[in-house]
Amino acid sequence: MASFVIRRLIASVFVLLAATFLMYNLVAFSDDPLEDLRLSNAPNKEQLIEARIKLLRLDVIPPLRYFLWLGDVLRGDFGVSVQGRDVNVLLQQALGSTIQLVTIATIVAIILGLIVGITTALRQYSGYDYSVTFISFLFFSLPVFWVAVLLKQFVAIGFNDFLEDDPQLPVWLIAVLTILGGLLWASIIPGNLRRKTITFAVAAGATASMLVIMNLIDWFTYPGLSIIGVAIIGLGSAVGFTALITGLKNRRALYASLAVAGLGIVLYFPFQYGISYSITEWWMLAALAALTIAVSMGIGWFMGGVDKGPVMRVAAFTGFITAGAIALDRFMMVWDDYASSGRIRGRPIATIGSSTPNLEGSLWVQGVDIYTHLLLPTMAIILISFATYTRYSRASLLEVMNQDYIRTARAKGLAERTVVVRHAFRNALIPIATIVAFDIGGIVGGAVITETVFGWTGMGQLFINGLRAVDPNPVMAFFVVVGGLAILFNLIADLVYASLDPRIRVS
Amino acid sequence: MSKKSTAPVAGVTDAENNIANKEVEGLSQGQIVRRRFFRHKGAVISMISLAFIIVLAFTAVGFDFSFFGIQVKTPGWWLWTWTDIPQEVQNGGQPTLSLVPEWLGGAGVTLGLHPFGQDEIGRDTFAVVMRGTQQSIVIMLIVGVIATAIGTVIGAVSGYYRGWVDAVLMRLTDMVIVIPLIVIGAVLGRAVGGLGAAFLAVIIGLFTWTGLARLVRAEVLSLREREFVDAARVAGASDRRIIFKHILPNAIGVIIVNTTLLMAAAILLETGLSFLGFGVQPPDTSLGVIISQNQAAFATRPWLFWWPGAFIIAIALCINFIGDGLRDAFDPRQKRMPTARALTKPKAAAPTAG
Repeated sequence: MASFVIRRLIASVFVLLAATFLMYNLVAFSDDPLEDLRLSNAPNKEQLIEARIKLLRLDVIPPLRYFLWLGDVLRGDFGVSVQGRDVNVLLQQALGSTIQLVTIATIVAIILGLIVGITTALRQYSGYDYSVTFISFLFFSLPVFWVAVLLKQFVAIGFNDFLEDDPQLPVWLIAVLTILGGLLWASIIPGNLRRKTITFAVAAGATASMLVIMNLIDWFTYPGLSIIGVAIIGLGSAVGFTALITGLKNRRALYASLAVAGLGIVLYFPFQYGISYSITEWWMLAALAALTIAVSMGIGWFMGGVDKGPVMRVAAFTGFITAGAIALDRFMMVWDDYASSGRIRGRPIATIGSSTPNLEGSLWVQGVDIYTHLLLPTMAIILISFATYTRYSRASLLEVMNQDYIRTARAKGLAERTVVVRHAFRNALIPIATIVAFDIGGIVGGAVITETVFGWTGMGQLFINGLRAVDPNPVMAFFVVVGGLAILFNLIADLVYASLDPRIRVS
Repeated sequence: MSKKSTAPVAGVTDAENNIANKEVEGLSQGQIVRRRFFRHKGAVISMISLAFIIVLAFTAVGFDFSFFGIQVKTPGWWLWTWTDIPQEVQNGGQPTLSLVPEWLGGAGVTLGLHPFGQDEIGRDTFAVVMRGTQQSIVIMLIVGVIATAIGTVIGAVSGYYRGWVDAVLMRLTDMVIVIPLIVIGAVLGRAVGGLGAAFLAVIIGLFTWTGLARLVRAEVLSLREREFVDAARVAGASDRRIIFKHILPNAIGVIIVNTTLLMAAAILLETGLSFLGFGVQPPDTSLGVIISQNQAAFATRPWLFWWPGAFIIAIALCINFIGDGLRDAFDPRQKRMPTARALTKPKAAAPTAG
């Protein structure tokens, strides 16, 4: 194993070196880096040209200049840009901002893609399956810049207009959403016609009443979950995760997760009106999340009996979701302050940029600000990458469900839930895990167009601006990071595959 | 293949087997694939739509391509070309296309003078969009042909010879694969975008073959161990003959399916690059250029934005569906689920027949 990793790493270094050499020369030869100065009317034109030649060492031909650049990079210096700015600083800012942009989008896309892919595989050849197949084909035929303009128009401007004065959902929208909600659940939950009708009625009724209540309490002006919403989400996730992971027959898991949800509900008021005011840094919130998971797992361990593992897992998931709901509610509590503040002026959803300049406020207000700026680009990225994950996970689960060991599992009388969750799902995850690892390596460089349309000053901007100015230094800084990540995650994908699937041997 | 499907599979009833066999009895591989493909409704509809789009785009405004000095030019049947500036903007440039008949209170089913509207200087959007569609289709086809040719040859050679040839070619592939497509596309487009769409397409094609090369290599690695390759070698066939006449025809499924996916990716890549300003350069146009030029006008002239987008999506969607249909058609494990009626029929017919 170790020798495999070392050999691969050495080969990767050479591949990266060759690729950077190719890139450097392509960028350097792509156009004349002095063009803007040659065309300018500045009186000190000659001096400016001299200065730039000296700054970027343009007197050395590109293939040789590459080695000068390489020498600097090996010492940790990415050089300066045309404007004379330190590329290391630019890179650091850009990388931070891009990671902020793509992380949430990727996580949501993977989770959504997995859920949709698995449900479609389990309901193969149903109306739901066909519609999702069509929608995912449609999504990955969409050009991201086109989607971006539509999102800006309808989600940002349209929604802001909607919020402007006394937002109330129109009746036709409630009707459409009600029918869609009912159809969705009826197509996912199995059963005969009678059961499907009942499912449809219950789901549609729940959707309709939720939307009507939202209208009645002016939810769009004063959004929030309140303790009732948190309780519903907490207890619901307790029952849901238990049913999914261990089955409701496992009473220990059920009681442990209900206890965790109950603890969350008890802590609701102390947190919202006490503890939350002393959280001023993001790491404190992260520490709190870690503490929540640790406490939940502790409860699971105490109540777990002989088989502690699954109970702890159920408790941890429940704890995370309940705590997440409480935090979400806390963010929503400052929504009205945020939306009506002088900087925002009642039009909260932003179309460009990554934050509102000079916005003051607590961590919670800053959080809402990040959310309103992330919303559109995140939606654009999710729409397009979610389709790929859906297709992969559907294909992967279908492949596994046709294996003989699934038939064996069914034949020995296991419940369908156990067959799917324990035998099929885990094995289906193996190829998906490698694809995900491979994809993560590519996301930092893949958001170039998205960043451009949404005015996000990240890695994409570094690359595009560098390329426009025929300036190899920022472009190469971008490329070293992106190419390095791609190679690294490629290797990780192989290792993950080998460690998850005992049939594969690394040699 | 036909042998494989005649062997009884455990757990499959005779009735199912009979139906499955009857379908492929006495048919060549090509015929089986064709039949399966035409059963995929989405793929067939997509193929017809794509053919319609191509014919429409290439006949409406005529085409005009120059490639290394060779110029091909034909006239079109539409009133305007993409460079015409007909007259002053009529009615704010609103589209004159109407599909609502008069008895429903509409303007009647009519195309009008400018079915897709006009832009701010009066150019006919239909003509411009047709020109953009042509460019995008030409780029897509060239990229598809070049990338497929290179990827197939490199993958086949590397998988067939193994050893150091494989090592060198695969490291070369790794080197190209490390560079994200949009990045290499932008860099190359920056350098050669001004030289015309066809040239841009050739350059993009030179860098998009890597995925296919890897897949073909994997396929060839397993095919070269099969008996028919040994037989060909014993009969004295040259390496070239074995690769091109014996191995590659057996890998045709992988190649065709990935070519379609590659072409769908190529059209999105081209429009993306043109949108960023690194692809096709004005005064010539492509679907990406049109959207890029008009994105700010969405509030006032949405048709300048809807139509090119709709054509990009239509082309990419059609190709994705065709690819899906081809994948199903070439997959030997794919079997159609016999309907309940088809299952009962042979049983009922059995006494008279046997």
